[in-house]
Amino acid sequence: MREDPGYYDYWAYENRPGITWPNGARVAFWVAPNIEFYELNPPANPQRAPWPQPNPAVPGYSIRDYGNRVGHMRQMRVLDKYGIRGSISLSTALCDHHPEIIELCLERDWEFFSHGIYNTRYTYGLSEQQEREMIADSVATIERHTGARPAGYLAPALSHSEQTLDLFAEAGGLYTCDLFHDDQPTPIRVRNGARFISIPYSLEMNDTIAYVVNKVEPRRYGQMLKDNFDRLYAEGAESGTVMCIPTHNYQVSCPHRLKAFEEALEYITGHSQVWLTTGREIADYFLDHYYDQALHAIAAQAGGGRSA
Amino acid sequence: MTLDPQYLHYPRRRYGMDHDRYRWSMLTDRPPVQWPGGARLALWVNVALQFFPLNQRGKPFKVPGGMTMPYPDLRHFSLRDYGNRVGIYRFFKAFDRYGIKPTIAINTRLAERAPYLLEKILARGDEIICHGEHMDALHYGGQAREQEAELVAGALQRLRRLSGQPVRGWISPARSESENTPELLAANGVAYFCDWVNDDMPYAFHTDSGELTAMPLSAELEDRFILMNNLHSEDAYVEQISDACDFLLAEAEREGGRILSLSIHPWVLGQPHRIGRLEQVLDHICSREGVWSASAGEIFDVFQAQQGSPK
Repeated sequence: MREDPGYYDYWAYENRPGITWPNGARVAFWVAPNIEFYELNPPANPQRAPWPQPNPAVPGYSIRDYGNRVGHMRQMRVLDKYGIRGSISLSTALCDHHPEIIELCLERDWEFFSHGIYNTRYTYGLSEQQEREMIADSVATIERHTGARPAGYLAPALSHSEQTLDLFAEAGGLYTCDLFHDDQPTPIRVRNGARFISIPYSLEMNDTIAYVVNKVEPRRYGQMLKDNFDRLYAEGAESGTVMCIPTHNYQVSCPHRLKAFEEALEYITGHSQVWLTTGREIADYFLDHYYDQALHAIAAQAGGGRSA
Repeated sequence: MTLDPQYLHYPRRRYGMDHDRYRWSMLTDRPPVQWPGGARLALWVNVALQFFPLNQRGKPFKVPGGMTMPYPDLRHFSLRDYGNRVGIYRFFKAFDRYGIKPTIAINTRLAERAPYLLEKILARGDEIICHGEHMDALHYGGQAREQEAELVAGALQRLRRLSGQPVRGWISPARSESENTPELLAANGVAYFCDWVNDDMPYAFHTDSGELTAMPLSAELEDRFILMNNLHSEDAYVEQISDACDFLLAEAEREGGRILSLSIHPWVLGQPHRIGRLEQVLDHICSREGVWSASAGEIFDVFQAQQGSPK
């Protein structure tokens, strides 16, 4: 075990090279619906129990199934209304289980990125070769069902190994959503030396973290989204920022919650200098325009010297 | 470290669900349901009347709302009992004031212990459904089938005898089930059960002893969940139910009848400082056009007549 994962160097949120997003936008705004499949009878993992009760864990399983049966269509309609294409964090087994959902998202030109095979199969305890195979399976499944290889990764159930990001970069990935250290994209050091980055995905704005872990009231969640946006929009005038709302169809789409989300989207998209985009588009743009500058700036700051 | 290769095998990775209990289907792909009188929203007020034994075993887990202190946990025993002695009578008054037709989900043990309460319910004519034996008699994965079969049959038979009602509905304590619970319910004449929270409308649920209907009783909108689990304010409870009501009414306008299910507990909302919030919620819902207050069984019957699978 290491003291630090070693993916990035310290880089202060001041004196950075300025970012301008396409059309002079200040904020790159993306919504990342997690479209997940949880198993009723998953195998045991030595480090994490999938469910708090013995299988069948009806309460936990069934509310997540609600997301696919009921919630997905609700959220999709709201995103359509505001012209937002989702960037899907996908339990890739869902391509087999619920191809209708994949089809609906494909029609809308949404992005698909890998979130493992099932959200009840953790990375914990996998050998490097097993994790490589699991990632390859997820990448191949997305390519087979959507025609494009995924550019992004969010480890299943946010379960990681020390090699997770290296393995995804070796599988041809461009970006990770697993790190929460910044409000702008940052270069990530991977062992094959690939041009690989972190795109801000936000744990704080994640509906499941807000609702289930932090037990936030729905209207307050809506206000948090607006406040988060306001500050990133203001700061984006100096250098472009990224705002992400990670969602789950079984949380945000419940009848008592969707309004708060919709009002926040109405507010955010009502601003002129917002780039409504996807994870892959942010990654491509940053890699093409700012990645090299960022590497230089970080290196210049390594000894503590202030970079102007 | 290496896991057993089985960890990366997915025998149920296939079209549809990873089990054979029900058909995969999105709500928007189903035909719209019509409620009586052109109503858009069926209001299902589900009252849980519960008995939490003082000598709780907590097997295989401590039921939410149960005893948490060393024996004898008088504080929780008596505070839960408060609901059945005091809170429920505040509920009845509120229901009568707003013309609500509640559904009473009662533990059989409580029906035996409180004959006055049972008679009151019967005299009111409310529908009774079985909430299992008592709150510490849990159904759970790995439970011996014989033991569970006895539990299910005993709870249903005694409640039917005591109430004289057919008792067609079921909610497991803590909504916890074993892999055999649905079979045992169907074999014991249950028509619908309310444990699964994967839909906003009823759907057919397969068992080896015949078909059940899963009725959608929201856990996210439950009073205990919002107030005791999430520790939201009473104001937030009112907001969340009101928002859900208005959202479902609007959706029903486009997509056909919907159900607003309120799972409430007299030991939670029956407190003097909270009963007004229940009244506020009922006032909001009843002020809307197109709301049909009905018992779970009535909603089930209308749904079955329109969309139930042929017998």
